[in-house]
Amino acid sequence: MPTYELEINGTPRAVTAEADTPLLSVLRTELGLSGPRFGCGAGECGACRVLVDDQSMPACDTPVWAVAGKAVTTVEGLGSESDPHPLQSAFLKEQAMQCGYCVSGILISAAALLRRVARPTEDEVRAALDRNLCRCGAHNRMVRAILAASAEMAR
Amino acid sequence: MTDTPPLPKSLGANPLLSQWVRIHANGCVDIIPGKVEIGQGIATALLKMAAEALEVDPARIRMVRPATGDSPDEGVTSGSQSIQDCGRALRHVCAEVRDLFRAEAAMRLGADMAELGLDDGTLIGPGNARLSYWELADAVSLARPATPGTRDVLRTGTDLPRIDIADKVFGRPRFIHDMRPDDLLHGRVVPPPRIGSRPAPGQDLAALAGAGIQVVADGAFIGLLSPDELAVERAATRLREKVRWDGGAPLPDEASLHDWLTTQQVDPVVDQRGEAAAPAARTLVHSFLKPFIAHGSMAPSCALACWAPEGEPHLAVWTHSQGIYNLRADLSVVFGLPPERIRVEHVEGAGCYGHNPADDVALDAALLARAVPGRTVRMQMSREDELAGGPFAPAMRVDVEVDLDAQGALSGWRHTIWSNGHSMRPGRSKASTLRAAAQIEGGAPWPIAINMPPATGGGADRNAMPFYDIPARTVTNNRLTVMPIRTSAMRALGAFANVFAIESMMDEAAVAAGEDPVAFRLRHLSDPRAWDVIREAARLSGWGERAAVEGRGRGFAFARYKNTGAYCAVVADVTCTDEVRVNNLTIVVDVGEIISRDGVINQVEGGAIQATSWALKEAVHFAPEGILSRGWESYPILRFSEVPAVTVHLVERPEAPPMGAGEASQGPTGAAIANAVHDALGLRITRLPLTRETLIEAMELGQ
Repeated sequence: MPTYELEINGTPRAVTAEADTPLLSVLRTELGLSGPRFGCGAGECGACRVLVDDQSMPACDTPVWAVAGKAVTTVEGLGSESDPHPLQSAFLKEQAMQCGYCVSGILISAAALLRRVARPTEDEVRAALDRNLCRCGAHNRMVRAILAASAEMAR
Repeated sequence: MTDTPPLPKSLGANPLLSQWVRIHANGCVDIIPGKVEIGQGIATALLKMAAEALEVDPARIRMVRPATGDSPDEGVTSGSQSIQDCGRALRHVCAEVRDLFRAEAAMRLGADMAELGLDDGTLIGPGNARLSYWELADAVSLARPATPGTRDVLRTGTDLPRIDIADKVFGRPRFIHDMRPDDLLHGRVVPPPRIGSRPAPGQDLAALAGAGIQVVADGAFIGLLSPDELAVERAATRLREKVRWDGGAPLPDEASLHDWLTTQQVDPVVDQRGEAAAPAARTLVHSFLKPFIAHGSMAPSCALACWAPEGEPHLAVWTHSQGIYNLRADLSVVFGLPPERIRVEHVEGAGCYGHNPADDVALDAALLARAVPGRTVRMQMSREDELAGGPFAPAMRVDVEVDLDAQGALSGWRHTIWSNGHSMRPGRSKASTLRAAAQIEGGAPWPIAINMPPATGGGADRNAMPFYDIPARTVTNNRLTVMPIRTSAMRALGAFANVFAIESMMDEAAVAAGEDPVAFRLRHLSDPRAWDVIREAARLSGWGERAAVEGRGRGFAFARYKNTGAYCAVVADVTCTDEVRVNNLTIVVDVGEIISRDGVINQVEGGAIQATSWALKEAVHFAPEGILSRGWESYPILRFSEVPAVTVHLVERPEAPPMGAGEASQGPTGAAIANAVHDALGLRITRLPLTRETLIEAMELGQ
């Protein structure tokens, strides 16, 4: 099996896997990360999204060979309880979820947006999240939290 | 003499204080609820009620994960009953525990109970003498039954932050999907396409599965095992394509669903109230249709199971089921084991919104694990099976006839339902209702869903009896006794379709009477709490003030959930082009005492957004060969850019008993949207979802 050099949450990692192994499987099974979630396996729900360099990508249908040499950031890599990303702080403050299964992927898509557009409009936030599904109906809370985080980051 | 109120319902079956609360010498408190966290934030609301009644810092409390044998049996976490049942029980128990400690401390301090102060579990007597719960933990036995009576309880009025949210924001293991015990085997199943299908003979399943994959086949149950999750996932995908199936009950034709529902064998129940005072001056008639809807949990259902390696059989199961004791009862039937030889523990999953495949997958896990005693099997459904193989919210046809008298007042109402039953939950019948129970050789017959009795909120008939003052009201509930598509409970049960039908007819009747829809509703209501939510929703939305704009419309709807629960009024603002867009929802709710303000708002808003998705987009698609909607592309739900702005206002009723909030808004939201479309286009939509095709069909019928 080939070995791939990846940067996972800022740390270089060598992963030995078949070329077509989904990145999600590498992250959850090989590397023991629980943040990226399996939702559909077809790139349709967004629960597994990770940053590949600065892009939000579904890890479930991205093969590991495609991210060789790239920087992969999961929700764990955005921040931690002691050093949270402003998006994570805003989601805590807004209590922006119900079940929270979709939240990892939504934080990632929001982080990708904020890297691209520092002060997005509400419509831009919604458009950026259109490939992430939420079934509980917590959408508006999350949009509020993302706008609050963007304002906080601009201060 | 004053009447002593009876004990809260859940204390009848679980009377001991020690079943609910444990006070530890180290200053910690265990609270043991029988209701489970399903993403609705209930664990935090219950923690708050317990902390207030015990008068301790909430940080001292650990919420114990419900498990059979250790936790009170509170049946199923459903029907917006967790605050009513578990919350009231915990409040009662914790206040009584507080008073037991108070009495013990008073005796030891030689003080009067009433003169003791209480601060975070420490009782303070004259001269600042102190004794805490923690010091008295071993002296006060809680192994005694709760006693009836009313005790004052502190109400803090402030929300606690949810106890589960930090884990989810930082991606820490929290869900059942994250459980990875050592020596784990991964399981997958290959489901049959129809009820009763069997694998065609002569297939070599092991060869199809490939090397390294263990096949567990029993009748129509085909499962696969491997220590390698990716390998077993890929093998399962292969087998779903390759396995050939024979027979099984054909599904109806989707296009003929409306007629199919009224041409099946039924078990009718008639509920007739009052008598017509006078013959109708005018009768309005419409027939409504709501399709099958999928729960559509974001996570595929998952369970873990492990059988004892040797000796007496013992089964351990980890599940995100809404009813751990109910699930245990069914597992006990399937495996012929006494219940005490099975332990079922709850672990959080994603939101389920009712009876999704959570229970089915637990039996799948147990069947797979039986082939490898001593090993833990983690069974996860495919997305396809989650959307196509689980129980659905049943399709409902509702025919309504409304009589108006010569003065334009409602004089008679006949509401006739055709629907499969809304409950196929485990633990309620002699044979197991779990999917694989009917698949294994010599297994259970395929179950037919039932309706829970009206006293517990009913099923298809939930909210079918109009809440309005009408001299004669009749509800006929025709439960189908054939079930080619598996159905069970989904959020609000029949209330979604019934309120859609009732509130559409109320608008039609208001038009016929030449009256404003809000005024017409008020004229037929005598409940002051109903008046309050309706008038407040009208006021906040500026009802009746806005000028007409082409393609834009507003609709009103009201319901009291189950006719006994939370009151809810909704004003929907829509724009209709070739599609319907919901711009705005103004919602007013009365849930009685508010335990968690933010929790109520979150549930009401989430319920309304989910109902907007049901109303605008959702229908399970099927053909005689099987279910066709098998992914998010073929079963679309509302996306971020389509979600309306939502404003939720809560009526303050601190003196009224608290009621659940999770299912109050679905019915009125769907109905308000349909009424808004009527306002915009002049079209009475009687068939959901409100897609472009539905609009075109309604326009053609209207011409």
